[in-house]
This record gives sequence, C-alpha cells and structure tokens, in this order.
Amino acid sequence: MSGRVLVGVKRVIDYAVKIRVKPDNTGVVTDGVKHSMNPFCEIAVEEAVKLKEKKLVKEVVAVSCGPQQSQETIRTALAMGADRGIHVEVSGKDYETLGPLQVSKIMAALAKKEDAQIIILGKQAIDDDCNQTGQMTAALLDWPQGTFASEVTLDGDKIKVVREIDGGLETIKINTPAVLTADLRLNTPRYATLPNIMKAKKKKIANVKPADLGVNLTSKLEVLRVEDPPQRQAGMKVETVEDLVGKLKESGKV
Amino acid sequence: ACLLLRGRSPQSATFSRELHLGPDGPASSPAAAPRRLPFSRVTVEDLTFFGKTLPGRAITDPDLVQSSNEDWLKSVRGSSEVLLRPQTTQEVSQILSYCHSRNLAVNSQGGNTGLVGGSVPVYDEIILSTSLMNSILSFDKISGILTCQAGCVLENLSLYLEERDYIMPLDLGAKGSCQIGGNVATNAGGLRLLRYGSLHGTVLGLEVVLADGRVLDCLSTLRKDNTGYDLKQLFIGSEGTLGVITAVSILCPRKPKSVNVVFLGCETFDQLLKTFQLCKGMLGEILSAFEFLDSECMRLLNTHLKLANPISDCPFYIVIETSGSDSDHDSQKLHNFLEEAMTSLLVTDGTVATEESKIKTLWSMRERVTEALTHDGFTYKYDISLPVERIYQLVTDMREHLGKRARSVVGYGHVGDGNLHLNVTSPAKDPALLASIEPFIYEWTAKFQGSISAEHGLGLKKRNYIYYSKSRPAVAVMGKMKTLLDPKGILNPYKTLPDDLK
Repeated sequence: MSGRVLVGVKRVIDYAVKIRVKPDNTGVVTDGVKHSMNPFCEIAVEEAVKLKEKKLVKEVVAVSCGPQQSQETIRTALAMGADRGIHVEVSGKDYETLGPLQVSKIMAALAKKEDAQIIILGKQAIDDDCNQTGQMTAALLDWPQGTFASEVTLDGDKIKVVREIDGGLETIKINTPAVLTADLRLNTPRYATLPNIMKAKKKKIANVKPADLGVNLTSKLEVLRVEDPPQRQAGMKVETVEDLVGKLKESGKV
Repeated sequence: ACLLLRGRSPQSATFSRELHLGPDGPASSPAAAPRRLPFSRVTVEDLTFFGKTLPGRAITDPDLVQSSNEDWLKSVRGSSEVLLRPQTTQEVSQILSYCHSRNLAVNSQGGNTGLVGGSVPVYDEIILSTSLMNSILSFDKISGILTCQAGCVLENLSLYLEERDYIMPLDLGAKGSCQIGGNVATNAGGLRLLRYGSLHGTVLGLEVVLADGRVLDCLSTLRKDNTGYDLKQLFIGSEGTLGVITAVSILCPRKPKSVNVVFLGCETFDQLLKTFQLCKGMLGEILSAFEFLDSECMRLLNTHLKLANPISDCPFYIVIETSGSDSDHDSQKLHNFLEEAMTSLLVTDGTVATEESKIKTLWSMRERVTEALTHDGFTYKYDISLPVERIYQLVTDMREHLGKRARSVVGYGHVGDGNLHLNVTSPAKDPALLASIEPFIYEWTAKFQGSISAEHGLGLKKRNYIYYSKSRPAVAVMGKMKTLLDPKGILNPYKTLPDDLK
C-alpha cells in the first residue's frame, strides 16, 4: 500500500462574505471578492494531516481544480501540514462549467496516477451545496465510500467510518482504497502556525492540465438563471387582539 | 456639606440632604457619588410638556426606563423616572431650553456602553437618549466625508460605509451598541487609533445643542478651516457636560483591499516590545493595529467563553493587523516580518489569517476579553496610559500588591498606543479590595506621568482622580469653561469634573 492520501480542496467565496447576484443573473459576483478554502475541505485536510501524524499514512497530497488563484488554497493546505500539492489548471469557460462530474473524473484519474490509498473530500462545497463529488469519484473508481464521516478509524487494510445520517449515527467498515467525505463534526481544523506557514512556501505544487489526465471537461448542464431568494416581507405590529384578528381576516388567513 | 457651584443660586435656603449610596456604601470613596444637587424635580406639568413635544417618545414606564438607568457593567444605577427619545435636533433644543428654564438636570445617553458610570443618571436626572436620531445625512464618495445624526450605531455606520468601499476611522468592541455621538463625546479610542488617529483629528464638524437650548452649528465638512477658535474640539471628549452632540461629520478612510491579521506568542514583555519595534520598521505603513493580551486573559477566554487558543500557550499574545491596497505587496512584507521575528526568536509561535471568517475569530480573542471578565466575577476596570516600556510592570506590581485578595489580575490593550487595560476580578464587590487597588494604581501611574484614564474618560467613577493626571490650574480652566457653557450645571451633573471645583 502506498500510504498516500489525496485531499481535494476547493476555493470558494469566504463564508463571511455577503453574496451578490450579478446584474445579468448569470451567476454571483466573484471579482474582488474574498475567497478561502471550503470549510469542509479544511476538515478533510485536518483529518488527513492527523492520519499522517499518527503515522497511519505516509504522504498527504492536496489537490485543487481551478484558475491560478487555486494555488493559494493549496498553499493553505500545505501550511496545515500537507506534503505537496497538485494544481489542475482549469480556467475561463471550462471553469464556469466545472462541476462535480468533471472534478470527480479528475480525482479518479489522479488517484490512479498517484497510486492513492485514500481520497478525503469535504462532504459538499458551500457555494453549490452539491454533495456529489465524493460519491461520483468512488463510483468512477469502483471504490467503497464513507460519506458524512464524523469519525474515521484505520484498522489494518479497512476503515471504520461513523456516518452522520438523519436517524443518528451509522457505523460501517469499508475496504481500502476508499473515498471518504468529511462532515462538520469530524474534527476542528488547526490554525496554520508560523513555522508551518514558512515551511509551506518551500513545498512543491505540481501543475497539471485536465487533458494530460485524459479528462474531458464538457458539461451537460447549463445554468439558466441565478436569482436572489425572495425578499422577506416586513412584519406588522398591532395594538390589540381585535386588530390582530382583523388583520388575519383581511389577509385571508382565517 | 452641600456643594455650591459658583454662579448658581439655590432654589431655597434648605437643601434636602439625601445620602446617595455610592458603589461602596455611604459617600466615602472618591468614586462614589456626591449628594444630590438642588435641581428641580419632575412635575406633572413637565411630563405634559415632554409628552406634547415628543409624542409617544416621552417614556415614564418604569420597566422601560430601568435599563437606561443602569450601565453595561451593572455597576451603577440611577433613579430617573423619565426617558426622552427625540428624533431631531429641534426637539433636543426644545427639551434643553425647557429643562434649562425649569432647572431640571439632564443626562444625555447614547449606546450606554461607557465604563466609568458616565452614561446613566446618578439621581433623577432626565435621560435624554439619542437612540432615535439614527439617520445618515450625507456621504461624499470622493472625499469620504460622512455626516450623520449622533444616534447612529457605530457598526451600522461601518456596514453602510463598507458597501461604499470606505470604513469608519474607529473601531471598538462595543461597536454593536455604541453610538457615534457617544463615541465623540468620550473621544473614544479603540483598535484603529494607531493607524487613523483620534477623533480630535477625524471629526470635521459637530452640531451641538447647548445647555440653554441654543443650537451650535459647527457641522462643517471641510478638511481645512482656520477661521477662529476650533470650538468642536471642546466638545470632543467633554462627556456630555458642555453640550449635547446631535450630529457629526467625520472623515472616513478607504476600505483596505488587503487585510491580514496575525496572532503571535511571546515569552517575555521585553520580546513583545522588540517585536513592536520590528513590526513598525518592517510593516510601518500598512500597520493598522497592535494589541496585546496576557496569559491570564487567555485563561479567561478558554474558561468562560470556550474560545480555544489558536496557538500554543505563551505568557504574552499579540494581535497585529495590516491594512493595505495590494495583497501581494502586503503578503510579502508580512512574510518578511514574520520570518525575521521567528529567526530572531522574538516570537515563539503564531498564526496568520487572510480570510474574513478567520480574521473575525482571531480578533475575537482580543475583543472578547472584556466579556470574559464579566463571567469571572465583579470587575474593577482600569484604563491607563504609560510609557510603553512600563506597561506590564504595573500589572506585575499590582499582582504582587494584591496577592490572594484578588481572583484574577489581567493586563491587555492597545500596547501600540501605550494604553493598558488592567482589570481585577473578585467573587463579589469588595470594598477592602478596592481600597488596596486605589489609590495605589493612580499613584503608580502618576509617578510615571501617565494618564489615569487613557480612553474611557472620567465619568462618575474617576472624576475625583483627575488631579493625578492634570494640574490644578488646568482643571480650574476646565471649571470656567463648564460655567461659561452650562452656568446652571444641568448637563450630566456629578461627572467628569472633580467635586472640589468651586
């Protein structure tokens, strides 16, 4: 077993930023807007680094698909403890239509190329909320998947995963190689400390094109329109119970 | 003994002698309130007038008035029965004109976040709240000059400006509640003073209503105007004792494109100071904040607010913020500074944040210390200016001096401005503990020509300590200004100026 973990990290608009829809309703404004690593990807990186610290895996490789700026996201992963990075360059029109299917094809190709033992991804990205990439990657590779993981334990050549599901917690045991997706309670991501931030500057980020991996990026999906959710209507205060009943009757609610 | 301010004639020959129970029992400590001065008491006719002038906004319901009678620290409480909420300068003028003629005392109140008991009545002073005066009047996108009413909440102004690519020149932990009028009246400092200077520099104009109701319109929006005495400077920091600020025009800086926050750990205060020097040298023009907290503060944050330490445990922590126009340049400068700080072993650990969410988290380690203290017991708060190299010595001396009598003794604050926030907690109010702290702390401060109140002001609690930092002739001139602008002394009585001013 290679002992290598691939972690996918996505560059998204920072969760503290107020999202604005573009005037032409084709998407949201991203120019000049603060971006950062998807919070669930941070949790994925933290889990991978923890496994390495416990000496259960040998190398953590951070992967990001996107334009030039995606390298910043990879650097953050390196500062948290990943050993090296792979930047899969996707820009322009291809980046606009880049979705879970394309990313999972890329991850699958990289997993084979890098002889990965485990792939850890965030359960979903906070910009599209798709929650599909982990599952699709596992399907393409025909690997088992432990999704919504809130606890991961390596046990020989198997992994025990405690999953957060609607009914509570489900514990499964899967073979490796496997795909895991990180849920909120899996861990608390560490702050990148100064010594590691300095070290990260020297770690390598390899540049790869999707074509080199034999991946076709065409998407069968087309975004028709992006809109703000409907404005919440202001409430109204009334002075007496009679007024309240009157207003309820007026608006046809009673 | 009764207090008579020069120029005022008593209503009658006899005064009602009321003993006001100050924070430590009968008026004994210099911080406790003096006896009630012979102002008129509110009558039914007065209430009728207020009700007519401010329909629906002259509040006498005790439940509603109660919260305005008590300060944020819950350390002082007045017994006012009237809360007035004007919406316009004209209404403020009418109220003050009336109160002046009736000899009714008035306590102007903004966000009620002050820490020296200056924002709430001592006795039955009428509370004049600016909370409903919250309109933004104008904003010039080219010059960055904002004009607004005094009741605008600081955080709301910040949000308004940020949408227009500007920021307020000041920022403090109380931003969600404090109002700009109160900020100006107390010459609030805050976390950005290091970079943008004090309100004495950034406020371009004020509209003030004087004690007799006259409106003083100094609401200029000019950057430069040397025509006569600069009256607005008198009102900035006057703590509502010379006039009621009703509108402010302020110069706002552009929103920085690139903000970085660094959280560092140092072994000794000496290393912290050297880090500060290195920081000024290598980050100088992009430095926008330099704050510190000690390990005791970290312990309180961990224990009471469950905030985890972002780095390893160190005796001292620094929060550094940079603000600039080019993220690549700033990252490079920051990287160089951090490398130097680490290799020269000035700093033992640290972390950096560029993302807004992480920046907020790192800042909360500094901004929420005040909140953490409120969970640790009764807090005695001190806000001292000292030569920067002496700052922590006061904390260690105080710890030694108090020994086991105090629960916690913590030091934190705007070390970049030479401003220490020293706080002492105890399980409950403890007059014996207070007697150990004061005047020890004020004498210590005076010995090094420091200020006994760097930014919190004097209010009720510190008015009588003014002589530790200002000379008698200077305070005498202050008294004359007060008499000139408020001969009846109806504006925020019992505060800011010492009791012995005759």
